[in-house]
Amino acid sequence: MIALKLAYRNLVGAGIRTWLNVFVLSIAYVLIIYFNGLMSGWNREARRDTINWEIANGQYWQKDYDPYDPFSFNDSHSAIPSVFNSKIDEGKIVPILISEATIYPEGRIQSIVLKGISTNQKILKLPTYELNVEIAEIPGIIGKRFSKNTNLKKDDLVTVRWRDANGTFDAAEIRIISVFNCNVPTVDNGQIWIPLDDLQKMKQMPDEATILVNGDELKVNSEIVGWVYKDIEFLVMDITKIIKTKRIGSSFFYIIILALAMLAIFDTQVLSIFKRQKEIGTYVAMGMTRKQVVTLFTVEGAFHAVLAAIVGAIYGIPILAYVAKIGFKIPEGSDDMGLAMADVIYPFFSLMLIVSTIILVFLITTIVSYLPARKISKMEPTDAIKGKIQ
Amino acid sequence: MEQSKIITIKNLVKKFPVGKGFFIALNGINTGFEQGEFAGLVGPSGSGKTTLLNIIGSLDSPSEGSAEVLGYSVGSLTHKQAAMLRRQHIGFIFQTFNLLPVYTVFENIEFPLLLMNMTATERTKAVHDAIEWVGLGDKIKSRPAMLSGGECQRVAIARAMVKKPEIVLADEPTANLDAENSHHILQTMEKLNKELKTTFIFATHDEKVINYLHRKIQLFDGKIAKDELIKSI
Ligand SMILES: Nc1ncnc2c1ncn2[C@@H]1O[C@H](COP(=O)(O)OP(=O)(O)OP(=O)(O)O)[C@@H](O)[C@H]1O
Ligand SMILES: [Mg+2]
Repeated sequence: MIALKLAYRNLVGAGIRTWLNVFVLSIAYVLIIYFNGLMSGWNREARRDTINWEIANGQYWQKDYDPYDPFSFNDSHSAIPSVFNSKIDEGKIVPILISEATIYPEGRIQSIVLKGISTNQKILKLPTYELNVEIAEIPGIIGKRFSKNTNLKKDDLVTVRWRDANGTFDAAEIRIISVFNCNVPTVDNGQIWIPLDDLQKMKQMPDEATILVNGDELKVNSEIVGWVYKDIEFLVMDITKIIKTKRIGSSFFYIIILALAMLAIFDTQVLSIFKRQKEIGTYVAMGMTRKQVVTLFTVEGAFHAVLAAIVGAIYGIPILAYVAKIGFKIPEGSDDMGLAMADVIYPFFSLMLIVSTIILVFLITTIVSYLPARKISKMEPTDAIKGKIQ
Repeated sequence: MEQSKIITIKNLVKKFPVGKGFFIALNGINTGFEQGEFAGLVGPSGSGKTTLLNIIGSLDSPSEGSAEVLGYSVGSLTHKQAAMLRRQHIGFIFQTFNLLPVYTVFENIEFPLLLMNMTATERTKAVHDAIEWVGLGDKIKSRPAMLSGGECQRVAIARAMVKKPEIVLADEPTANLDAENSHHILQTMEKLNKELKTTFIFATHDEKVINYLHRKIQLFDGKIAKDELIKSI
């Protein structure tokens, strides 16, 4: 208690140098919270969008399905197990059939993935109801990224070629009914969504599917032979991983600022212990133990972190609140990072983030303050009183 | 007679390592102090006055022999025990005042009490008493930088006295003061010595201080050359 009071007085008594250190340290606080808040916001948005557009509450995968290996698509389809029939009728499970295919937009060749989905589904945000049209060609919807890459637009026709269950090539025309706007690249890049019935016919795979999207709260309890359940955590693992790397990448900025602040505080501590030998000797003469004096100087240094938190709050709260409201505009062209990215990311500053940042900075500051202060316990009080230690 | 001795020094030797050998700063000191003495260590520069005072104050320890202060053997105290001894029983007054610059007069004087876990009310009362003793009632909120040298030393006396210690050790307390201020603080200390029975031990070569002493211990080359009572208590 007394150390706190003394430390505060000494530190504030030290004037401009203190405030300079405090200011730099406060920037470190704000940057740490800003960057991590940005990443958390991105993570939350990406996760939410991916759940809404792609994975719902989880998915059953046909046991051979591997989303990263298009060659697996030929074999990864099975008849939909009958246990799911009632749930599918209730609209709680959405079957999707996935097939490799080739399109010929503007005379070029491009490998794509065809995904057949029930047009009446309401579990995913995909606008599949638009596929409910009576036209001569097969109706298809695509995402904005795919539209940009292939130059396919609403009402365009494109030739598609695929291999059916027997390995025989076949071809047809798809008409693009609409282009949907979605931030999730994994339902957009390199794929065309068409009605499930059409794809089942094209592939000669009646009643078959590759994955079953579960919109129900619960998964079906019993083991289903030939199908594996993937829960949300598994399905968003890639997002979590990518954002983790981004998080580490962005930490570069604030680590530099934090290091600068720590260097300044270390330097201040060394100088103040050197300049205040007489004071240290006086404390000892008055009956403070060396440990108490070391604590006093450590607390004094650590107090930088407390003041910096206050100063950082004064300008940081308005700034961060503003940023959280208007969001962070993602620069054009930084699109294909393999995970959902909105045009604007809204940082999310959790209490947990703020508290853990304060604790972290406080701990580092305390250690940095303690290191020079340890020297005090090696001083001879008789020399310190005279202030003659070099 | 032995009963009232609060400091007993026997065959005290203090050596400082210098280069490969030793410098002997105190060489076979035998003496003692009773409660309420107003004594001074006098002698030329380098004779060992500060060294002896530091050992009595448990800031330093003997190389040989013993120094017993209030029943504690200085040489065998741990750092913490020595700190406790100083905290409870010993006040220091320095040549350079050594006030804490960022604190007010009140806070400077209060400091030793903060170490003693006194309540705020007890502290405030004790500080006001101490300020009264040294006659600085109007400077209570000033900071040391705003005070004259004499006033600073009076604050230092109040700080040393506020916990009513048995022993006050004053190393050259007047060296940075003019004659008038020197007399003023000496009169203050003499009065406190009388009223509170505090033992004062000075280290000095200032004639003005020597004139106030009741006992004069002359040091020369680390030895006691002469020990004389000037005024009886
Ligand atoms: N830490 C030390 N290391 C080596 N020598 C020391 C140390 N402290 C004191 N001395 C030496 O011991 C001798 C006595 O020193 P001390 O400070 O006790 O003298 P003093 O009588 O107080 O002198 P002054 O009147 O100048 O203050 C001096 O010669 C000094 O150089
Ligand atoms: Mg001296």
